[in-house]
Amino acid sequence: MTISDTARPLVAVHGVGRDFDVSKSWLNRVIERTPRQLLKAVDDVTFEIMRGETLGLVGESGCGKSTVARLIVGLYPPSRGRIEFDGNPQTADAGAWSADVRRRMQMIFQDPYASLNPRWRVAEIVAEPMRAQESASSRQDQLARVAQLLTQVGLSPADARKYPHEFSGGQRQRISIARALSSSPEFLVCDEPTSALDVSVQAQILNLMKDLQERLGLTYLFISHNLAVMSQMATRVGVMYLGRIVELVESAELFARPQHPYTRMLLDAIPDLEMSGRPRTPVAGEVANPVEPPAGCAFHPRCPHANERCRIERPELNQWRGLTRVACHAVEEGRIGNAQHPS
Amino acid sequence: MASALLEVKHLRVEFPTRRGTLVAVDDISFHIEPGEVLGVVGESGAGKSLTGMAVIGLLEPPGRIGAGEILLEGQRIDTLSGEALRRLRGRRIGAIFQDPLTSLNPLYTIGHQIVETILAHLPVSRIKARERAVALLSEVGIPGAERRLDHYPHQFSGGMRQRVVIALALCAEPRLIIADEPTTALDVSTQAQIIALLKRVAREHGAAIMLITHDMGVIAETAQRVAVMYAGRLVEIGPVRSIIHAPQHPYTAGLMRSIPRVGSTGIRLAQIDGTMPRLDAIPAGCAFHPRCPRRFERCDRERPELLTAGDRRAACWLYADDNQ
Repeated sequence: MTISDTARPLVAVHGVGRDFDVSKSWLNRVIERTPRQLLKAVDDVTFEIMRGETLGLVGESGCGKSTVARLIVGLYPPSRGRIEFDGNPQTADAGAWSADVRRRMQMIFQDPYASLNPRWRVAEIVAEPMRAQESASSRQDQLARVAQLLTQVGLSPADARKYPHEFSGGQRQRISIARALSSSPEFLVCDEPTSALDVSVQAQILNLMKDLQERLGLTYLFISHNLAVMSQMATRVGVMYLGRIVELVESAELFARPQHPYTRMLLDAIPDLEMSGRPRTPVAGEVANPVEPPAGCAFHPRCPHANERCRIERPELNQWRGLTRVACHAVEEGRIGNAQHPS
Repeated sequence: MASALLEVKHLRVEFPTRRGTLVAVDDISFHIEPGEVLGVVGESGAGKSLTGMAVIGLLEPPGRIGAGEILLEGQRIDTLSGEALRRLRGRRIGAIFQDPLTSLNPLYTIGHQIVETILAHLPVSRIKARERAVALLSEVGIPGAERRLDHYPHQFSGGMRQRVVIALALCAEPRLIIADEPTTALDVSTQAQIIALLKRVAREHGAAIMLITHDMGVIAETAQRVAVMYAGRLVEIGPVRSIIHAPQHPYTAGLMRSIPRVGSTGIRLAQIDGTMPRLDAIPAGCAFHPRCPRRFERCDRERPELLTAGDRRAACWLYADDNQ
């Protein structure tokens, strides 16, 4: 690895947006005289992921975090903006990656019951990414590699002959991880990898993911709605609201000194396990309809600090004091005190 | 324990299969007092939902109550069937389930569903029932209740739907509410609102709530006491504060340590190695002993009963007086 390799981000996302057409059918549009409707699932998202780090994306359902994950691995083409992997742009045809780049990234999904083919034995599931590569190795080599991968994720080589239904949720997620690792990727996109698991199993999987990252030098994009899990895993965290990043900062800083009112609200809403009796601001309102997002700052209808400017002008994600980037007029104008979060 | 609203004594839920009977809930006893929220935690498959289903008489065959008694306000309810059981559900016991979409009929307006439920249980006129429906919807925090009555379930957001389900559960002023993972499908900010609502319902209606969840944070915020289940058995029960701060059973202790906390960046989570046993392979003695860091020879031979340990009870031989 040369110096330029370490300085260059592994993944660079520039002003990426993705729209989905949620219009009614053509006939309904004609009869009801309604126009086409576009849902901006992700809008103007820019960030970089450095080699070896874990970038977390956190937000409530519908905020666009999973769409970002799918855009990065190339499952959806972006409507706007561009994505680069280790300096390579996506190919011209609809956001796909060249085979060479594709091999270097893998994805782990949320539901270990839906993401494994129930008719395949574990050996076939885990070896699939190897078979998909052009330089396919011999069957013998593949089986040896499967055994090694299963051991690496804490399963037994004998499990290769079993079917997915013979495993618990946590073990299935281990199989998903083994499959993701089988093409020796550098970058893993993990979309809520533990939210379908029990908390004691979740601890096992999170620890396994950290160990593998250390041992194999992996880079993660880690997506979760759970702030405590995020605080455990991420080096930097991006907070998303209605398709945009509202705050992007080092993990420790985010949890010690959250800036954006939405981040503060999310942190406040976490059930208080310590039972310290800390005062909690009651959470108001719900996420707005993404088809018709509010003008100005999308969070303004729920924000206790919103003023006229917030209702009209959309805040940009600007540098704010050191490494924090935050999209909020109130923070930039100093209208909100720099309250410390008691955690 | 005359004041107990719900009393469960030595409950056993079993599933007969061709290869023998599987015991999913094994000899569980607990009670809930009026106005109290009892949290029930455990991993999936620990038997917490089945316990709730047994109380409300909704066990799916071939599942059945194999032994034990369930008493609501001193009256046996596990032996009821047919019309008597139907009157009990909804009238005296309300239920809130995880997925609000499947608890509501998509083809009827929520007003229709609430009014019909009220009419089924209370001797009131349709007009009075509608008034009560509006009052219930405002009580659970649905803005514009009068107008919202004529909307269908798909016109509500997830959090609002769960409020409708809670309103439905409250229709007939039930004495006991079984809430099975009521906040699991919701986002954190909505979850906080639903927790606050459940607490208010217990306080203002004097209803007892059995809150089944795997989320210890939700229990810490809501419940007064908590029961911890493992492999179909009750392993620890007591005041929520002492169980969170000083768990006695090694399983509870491991569970508490494995919960990630905000601000713990970089620290490795404590994990309990292994998995919970399947129902057909529950070890002899204490079901947790193969995974227990503090086991000794008695643990794989004798099954521990709930033993007093400070202000709570734990099913662990560490707390036997004699420790023979």
